[in-house]
Amino acid sequence: MINKKKSIRARLGITIAVIVALVSLGVACTKTSRQERKPMPLVLPSNFPAPIYNLSSNPITVEGFELGRKLFYDTKLSRDGTISCGSCHIQGSAFTHHGHDVSHGIEDRLGVRNSPPIMNLAWSQFFFWDGGVFNLDLQPIAPIENPVEMDEHIPNVIEKLKSDAQYPGLFYKAFGEGDITSSKMLMALSQFMLQCVSAESKYDKVVRKEGAVFSAEEQLGFDVFKAKCASCHSSDLFTDNKFHNNGLVPSMVNDSGRYRITLDPKDFYLFKTPSLRNIMKTAPYMHDGRFLNIDAVLDHYDHGVQVNSTLDTSLNKNGVVGIKLTVADRANLKAFLNTLTDDSFIRNPQLAEQ
Amino acid sequence: MFRNIFVLFAASLFCFASCKKTTPLEFQPGDKGELEVEFDNVIGGVNLQLNTGSYTNASGETFKVSLLNYYISNIKLQNADGTTYTVPRDSSYFLIKEENPSQLITLRDIPAGNYTGISFVLGVDSLKSTAPVAERTGALDPAAAGAGMYWSWNSGYIFLKMEGPSDVATSGDKKFRYHIGGFGGFSTPMFNNIKQISLTAPGTSMAEVRKGKAEAPHIHIMADASKVMNGPMNISIATNTTVMVSPFSVNIANNYVSMFSIDHIHND
Repeated sequence: MINKKKSIRARLGITIAVIVALVSLGVACTKTSRQERKPMPLVLPSNFPAPIYNLSSNPITVEGFELGRKLFYDTKLSRDGTISCGSCHIQGSAFTHHGHDVSHGIEDRLGVRNSPPIMNLAWSQFFFWDGGVFNLDLQPIAPIENPVEMDEHIPNVIEKLKSDAQYPGLFYKAFGEGDITSSKMLMALSQFMLQCVSAESKYDKVVRKEGAVFSAEEQLGFDVFKAKCASCHSSDLFTDNKFHNNGLVPSMVNDSGRYRITLDPKDFYLFKTPSLRNIMKTAPYMHDGRFLNIDAVLDHYDHGVQVNSTLDTSLNKNGVVGIKLTVADRANLKAFLNTLTDDSFIRNPQLAEQ
Repeated sequence: MFRNIFVLFAASLFCFASCKKTTPLEFQPGDKGELEVEFDNVIGGVNLQLNTGSYTNASGETFKVSLLNYYISNIKLQNADGTTYTVPRDSSYFLIKEENPSQLITLRDIPAGNYTGISFVLGVDSLKSTAPVAERTGALDPAAAGAGMYWSWNSGYIFLKMEGPSDVATSGDKKFRYHIGGFGGFSTPMFNNIKQISLTAPGTSMAEVRKGKAEAPHIHIMADASKVMNGPMNISIATNTTVMVSPFSVNIANNYVSMFSIDHIHND
């Protein structure tokens, strides 16, 4: 009897302790949910056009950005835990896969395309070389599920994140109450990728009149660029966000490019104009990485362009095929392209794996 | 009070008079109820048996069906009084999968009334096909419920997916694969396989939606999957083993547009 009383008292004690704990937890939770997430708005460079991504649909916060960064560098996103987004998008190479013509994914399976940079994506309407995806938030589904990239299914990724020790807390911090969902994961990845802004190159500091000036050679290169390259590599994004056939000989895989997406015969062999920002860090070049250095690219435009039915008209004007470049043009152009390297972007510790 | 009762009496009299055969229960304006719609997948005159049933198409080819999924969206209900009720967009997207135990969808908060027809989109409209990720919930989550019904490399939903083994298939694993989608293209116009389907109940039958009914009325739709291959253009598995993002897919969509019919409606 006494024992029973004791045990009742003990139970009562435990119950009270549990209630107190729950109440204090509840208070703590209320505090956390009320706690403002720290906004981390995208800084829009003054020399850039208006962004295309709907930033109000996914307001960037420090918590969301940090979650996105962790996801970006997490191999959990791949089937066998070997590949992360960062595996093929390496910061030091302006988030490309330096030295690889086409990227190798899981079990060293090879894709057919060169991995493009994660850079200034808020200003991009289309993703992938063929522009098959039109919303940044939908982009990561493709590499995660591609059998030659991460070969995983997103429902599995979500299960892995739910059973992880850290992710549930990090998703709570970034998005508040509720389960981990694919849309939260995709929006966190977008928040990180959106912050991968490259706008602090020497070129930017010259055009924004922030104290830098071009050398004579760089200025001559800029003039060549404006006359011969800027019709496609336009604006301070150095891309028109459009698709062109730049006269590459179709390779063995006969990648049809934009045609694969639109099935419009006019789009055969068209690929998205890549930005030239950090170009000196992102070799090899072209959609299939066929050119190992910038000289090979300039050679192509000077005398390698192949005429076919969808060749861009700017590369076949007045009977001149390609873009003729003198020896001096080439040297100056390369000096100019070097001014597009943004070391603060490539070395930004905020964007690195933590 | 008496006046109200009189009006009600008159209204119910009128209702009885207008509905000759059946005598639906009266209802009040503002009443809402549930309506069930079943998509009963069949092949010709027999029930579809996944993996086991063997069927022959109009081209004389034998095949089995290992997978049949399709999206139903943008549902509208035709009321006997001539009006149309549009199910709100956000509760009007359903993924029907033959592999699931049930192919029944329940529509909630439907205004009480007598419904004689249903129309829907087979597929996902272009607005939702281009919507932000946060608006792609439930059946439309391309990374969850909708996984396998979405082209990640060419953002777009697969409206209807039918696969199965056939000895005449030319693919390595001897399976035909019909993944039909295409919302018309994001920036460049492309083929559009969004199909609007309108069905009318046979005879004078009506789905009587009422408030608080123990058994929701039930529209039983037959979906004859043989019409994926048979129709204006009979599809040969041997000639077209795999049809996905290609202009040829239009022929399959033009076939399956007539695969649905209301078989019957029951109200209890």
